[in-house]
Amino acid sequence: MLRLEKRPQPSKTLSYVTPVLAVLITMVAGGALFAALGKDPVVAIRTIFWDPLFGQFAFYYLPQLLVKAGPLILIAIGLSLGFRAGIWNIGAEGQYILGAIFGAGVALACYPLEAWWIFPLMVIAGAFGGFLWAMIPAILKVRFGTNEILVSLMLVYVAEQLLASMSIGLMKNPDGYGFPGSRNLQQYPSAHNAELIPDTGLHWGVVAAIVVAILAYILLNRHILGFQIRLTGEAPRAARFAGVKPPRLVLVCMGTAGALAGMAGMFEVAGPAGQISAGFNTGYGFTAIIVAFLGRLHPFGIVLAGLLMALTYIGGEAAQSALQLPGAAIQVFQGMLLFFLLAVDLLTNYRIRLTKRETA
Amino acid sequence: MDLSAINPVLLFASLMVAATPVLIAAIGELVVERAGVLNLGVEGMMITGAICGFAAAVTTGSPLVGFIAAAAGGAGLSLLFALLTQVALANQVASGLALTLFGLGLSALFGQNYVGLKPPPTARLDIPVLSDLPVVGRIVFGHDPVVYFGLLLLVAVWAFLKFTRAGLVLRAVGENHTAAHALGYKVVRIRVLAILFGGACAGLGGAYISLVRVPQWTEGMTGGAGWIALALVVFASWKPWRVLLGAWLFGGVTVLQLNLQAAGLEIRAEYLSMSPYLVTILVLVIMSGHRSGSPGSLGRTFHASQ
Amino acid sequence: MTGTLLSIRGLTKAYPGVVANDDVSFEIGEGEVHALLGENGAGKSTLVKMIYGLVKPDQGEMVLNGTVYTPSEPQEARARGVAMVFQHFSLFDALNVAENVALGMAEPPKTRELAERIRTVSEQYGLPLDPWRLVGDLSAGERQRVEIVRCLLQDPKLLIMDEPTSVLTPQEVEILFATLRKLKSEGTSILYISHKLEEIRALCDEATILRLGRKVATCTPREVTAAQMAELMVGAELHRPEREPSVPGAVRLALNGLSVASPGQFGTSLKNITLEVRAGEVLGLAGVAGNGQDELLAALSGEIRAKPAMVVLDGVEIGAKGPAERRRAGLLTGPEERLGHAAAPDMSLTENALLTGAEREGLMANGFLKWGKAREFAAKIIERFDVRTPGTETAARALSGGNLQKFVIGREVLQRPEVLVVNQPTWGVDAAAAATIRQALLDLAAGGAAVVVISQDLDELMEVSDNFGALNEGRLSQIRPAKGLSMEEIGLMMGGAHGMEVAHV
Repeated sequence: MLRLEKRPQPSKTLSYVTPVLAVLITMVAGGALFAALGKDPVVAIRTIFWDPLFGQFAFYYLPQLLVKAGPLILIAIGLSLGFRAGIWNIGAEGQYILGAIFGAGVALACYPLEAWWIFPLMVIAGAFGGFLWAMIPAILKVRFGTNEILVSLMLVYVAEQLLASMSIGLMKNPDGYGFPGSRNLQQYPSAHNAELIPDTGLHWGVVAAIVVAILAYILLNRHILGFQIRLTGEAPRAARFAGVKPPRLVLVCMGTAGALAGMAGMFEVAGPAGQISAGFNTGYGFTAIIVAFLGRLHPFGIVLAGLLMALTYIGGEAAQSALQLPGAAIQVFQGMLLFFLLAVDLLTNYRIRLTKRETA
Repeated sequence: MDLSAINPVLLFASLMVAATPVLIAAIGELVVERAGVLNLGVEGMMITGAICGFAAAVTTGSPLVGFIAAAAGGAGLSLLFALLTQVALANQVASGLALTLFGLGLSALFGQNYVGLKPPPTARLDIPVLSDLPVVGRIVFGHDPVVYFGLLLLVAVWAFLKFTRAGLVLRAVGENHTAAHALGYKVVRIRVLAILFGGACAGLGGAYISLVRVPQWTEGMTGGAGWIALALVVFASWKPWRVLLGAWLFGGVTVLQLNLQAAGLEIRAEYLSMSPYLVTILVLVIMSGHRSGSPGSLGRTFHASQ
Repeated sequence: MTGTLLSIRGLTKAYPGVVANDDVSFEIGEGEVHALLGENGAGKSTLVKMIYGLVKPDQGEMVLNGTVYTPSEPQEARARGVAMVFQHFSLFDALNVAENVALGMAEPPKTRELAERIRTVSEQYGLPLDPWRLVGDLSAGERQRVEIVRCLLQDPKLLIMDEPTSVLTPQEVEILFATLRKLKSEGTSILYISHKLEEIRALCDEATILRLGRKVATCTPREVTAAQMAELMVGAELHRPEREPSVPGAVRLALNGLSVASPGQFGTSLKNITLEVRAGEVLGLAGVAGNGQDELLAALSGEIRAKPAMVVLDGVEIGAKGPAERRRAGLLTGPEERLGHAAAPDMSLTENALLTGAEREGLMANGFLKWGKAREFAAKIIERFDVRTPGTETAARALSGGNLQKFVIGREVLQRPEVLVVNQPTWGVDAAAAATIRQALLDLAAGGAAVVVISQDLDELMEVSDNFGALNEGRLSQIRPAKGLSMEEIGLMMGGAHGMEVAHV
C-alpha cells in the first residue's frame, strides 16, 4: 500500500522536474483525449507541439508564438507575486479588458493627431486602467476584509459588459457604417503597437514581458519587498511578526498585477487585435493563471511556461484547421495540464513509499 | 419606458426560478465548506452539470435522466478535486481554479454537438386548488419540481447539520481536523464525501440552467453563477437558511434587471446586466464584518503525519 | 493491587530517520497510577498513540485484561475501555461542551440526556461544567475538564493523561490529583505522562522512564529521589544556569495601563497591565495557558498596536509603533510558536535569520538584501547556540524543536536587544537545550538588558526570575520578588482554583 511521508524539506531538484513531468503526463492524457475524439493521437500531438516550431509552416507560426506568449507572461508575472503571498487575484481578465479600454481611449481621443508621445501615454493609461480595476478588490479587502477572489472575479463579468457597451457606444467607430467596434488602431501609426522587427511577432508587449520578468526576478531574490512577499505566502503570522504590513502587500501585489494585466490588454488592443470589440478578450487572464503555476511562480519559469502555453494555442489552431480538432479540446488540454501539475507537485513535499500491509 | 409592463406576481414567480440554480449549488458548497474544504470549482462543476444534463435529457428525452446525469457529472468532476486536494494534498485555491478552467473547456468540447437543440420540457407541478390561488398560487405553487427539490434540499441539509450525529462529525472535521483525527474520525473520507455531494449539487444547479431556465446549450452559459454561489455561502455566514435569503436576493436582482431591460429603461442593457455582479460585491462588502461562522479548518490541507 | 490491566511487550515504532520506540515493555496494574516519564523527544507521545490506536506499532504486542489488544483506531480503543486526555488539539472551539463530549463517545445518548449526565459526572468529580457553553470561551483548565469528563462518561478502565498539569495552577493541580485518586480508588488505572518529577512522586505508584525511545528503568517514585529520576531521564547530570547577582539599573521597559482587545475570536483581551523592567532584571510572568500570554507578547512585539503611552521603551513612547520600528528601537521578542510564528517552516535558516535580523544586523542596503551577510549571521547563530543542523540552507521545519528554539532565541539574543521578551522559551525543548537557552537569557540580563520571560513552567520561572508576576484572564497580578515565594502564594497569584472544587468522595 502507498503511504505519503512528508519530506524534511522540499526537494529542489523535483521542483524543476515536476513541471516537465506534468507536461509529459498531459501529453499522454491529451493523446488519449484526442484518440477518443477519433483523431490519431501521435499526429495530433505532433501537430500541436512540433509542427508550429519545426514544420513546413513554422515561418508563419513562430511569430505568433511571441504574440501569444507576450500577454500571458506579462499577466502571469503580475499574478505570481500575489499568488506567492497568498493573495488571489483571479480577475486579471477584467484588468486586461480595462487596460485595453483605457489605452484605446487615449488613442481614440487623440485621433487623428500624430505625435510621438501618444503611444507611451497609452501604455501608462493601459497600466492605470488595469491598476484601477485591481484596486477595487484590493481596497475592499484591506478596508473590509472582503474576499478578493470573488470580487476580482465578479469584476471580470462587469468588465465584459463594459467592453460590450464601449464597442457599440462610446468607442464605436463613427466611420464604421454602424458596425460595432472601435476604429482600428493598426491604421493609426502613432498608436499602433507594430512589430519591432518584421515577421518575428516581437512587439513592445513582448519587450515589456521580458523586462518585467527580469525585474520580478530581482525583486523576489534580491529585495526585501520580494522577501516579504515570499514570507507572507509561506507563513503569514511570521510575516506579521517580522513587521510586514499585510494591507500594503495586498495593495502592492494586486496593483502590480492589475497594472501589468492592463498593459498587456493595451499592447494587445493597439497591436494584434487592433480594435475594441465585444469579443476582444480571449481568456488570456485565465490562462495566465495556469502559466503562473506551470512556471512555479518563478519569473523565468513563467517565461518558459508562457511560451509553452502559447504553443498550445497556436498548435491548437493548427490542429483545428489540419485535423478538425475542436477548439475546445485545447482548452481541456490546458486545464488538464494544471491538474497534473498540481498533482505531481506532491512529490516535491512528500515522498511516496511502498509499504507492506501492516500486520499489527 | 413602461414600468407597468412589469407584473409583480410574475416577477416574484420568476424570482424563485432564477434563484434555484445558485441555491442548489450554494447548499452543496456550504456542506463542503462546513467540512473544512474550499472548492472554488463550483463554476466548472455547474457548467459540466449543465452540459451532462442537457446531453442526457436530449438523448433520452427525459429531463429526470438529465438531472441525474448532471448530478453524476458534477460529482465526477468534483472527484478530481477530491483526489487533488485530499490525496495529492494540493493547494485548494489553485485546485478549485483548475477545476473551473477544466470544466469550462470540457463542457465546451462535449457541447459542440448540442448547440441549437431544444431539451425536453420539464413539467410543472400543477397542484390543483393551490396553483389556482390568486397571487400566491402563481408565486409559490405551479413551479417545476426542481424548485421544490431545492427547498427540500435546504431543509434536509439544515436538519442534517443540526440534528444528526453525522452532521456533527462533519462540522467537527471542518472546525478542527487535527482534533477530529485524534478522536479517530476519518477526516479524508468525510471530506471526499462532502466534496462529492457539493459536486452533485453544483451539477444539478447547472442543469437547471440549461434544461429549465434558458433552456438550451451555449458555451459558458452559467455566466458566473458558480462564483455567485460561492459568494452566497460567505454571505450566509455558513448558515443554511441565510443561503436561501441570499439566493432570493440574487434571483430578485436578476429578474428585476431583466424586466427593466424589457421595459425599455433608459439605461444600456449592458449596465443592467452588470447589476447582479455588482450587488454580489456589495453584499460581500456588507457581510465581510461577520467572519464568525467561518469553519476553523477551512481551506487548510490535512495530512495525518505521525 | 489485584492484577495486571495492560501489559506492553516489546513495542517498536520507527519513523524515517528516527526510532521513536525501541522494544518498550512494561505493565500497568489495575487501579494503579503509572507514570510515563521522559524528556521531549523520548518517545512518550508515540507510545501512548499506539495504546490509543492512533499509530500502529511495527513490532511488539499489547495485552489488555488478558486478551490481545491491537486497536486499529481510537474508537476501538475506547470500546475496550481505554480513554485519553490530550495535551493539545482535541477540542472544537466553535462547538459547545455537550457536542464536544458527544464526539468522543461511540454511542452518545440524546443531547438533553447527555447534558444532564455531563452535569452530574462533572460535579461528582469536582470539575463543574456547563454543557451548553462554547468550548472556545472556556479557560484552559475548563477545557481540560471537558476532556476529562468526556473520558469519564465512558467508564474507562485505563485513563491516559498527557501532561495534564501544564495548564493548571498549583491549586488546580491539587484538585486534579484528588479527582485522580478518587478514580484510582474506584479501580481505574491511570497512565500519567509528565516530565515533572515532584508531581510524579506525589501521585504515582510506578514510573517507567524512557530515553531516546528506549525504556531505561521502571521504578517506584516514592522510593527514589527526584534527582535520581532526573538523571535516569536525561542520562547526564544537568547544568544549572548560573548568574552573578546584579544591582538593577534604570527602567528600560514600562507598560502603563496596557489594554488591548484580542484579535482572535476566542482570545483573551489584556486589561490594564502596568509593569516596569529594569536593566539587568529578569521578570518572570506565570499564568495558565490562554490567560493573555500570546496577546501580551503580540502587544510588545508590535503585532497588536496600543496607545503610544502604554508601551514605553527607555523613556520613548512606542505603543503605536509596528514590529519593525520597535525592533529598531531595541525591543526584541520571541513568540511561543516556533513554526509559523517565530520562523517560517519551509524557508532556510538564512532566510529565517533575515526575518527579524535584516535591519539591526545590516543585512540589507536600500532594500536590497545582502545574502552573504545573512548567511554569516545564520552561521553565527548556529555556532554560538550549538544548533544541530547540516547547514544554513536547511529548512527550519527540518530542525528538531530544541534546535529550532535555540536558533530563534539565539537570533534575538545576538542582535543585542535593549529589552527581550520571550514567551515559553523552552516549551517542548530537551533539558540540555533548555539550559542553554536559560543561560543565554541570564547572560543577556547580566549585560545590562531587561528580560521578560513569559512561561507556564513554574520551575523555569523560579530558576531565572528576579521578580515574579502572573497573568490571569488578561490581568496582571502584583509583581513580587521571586525569592522566597511559596507555591501556595504563586498559585493564588495565578488565580487560585478557578472555580474548581475537590472531588466529592
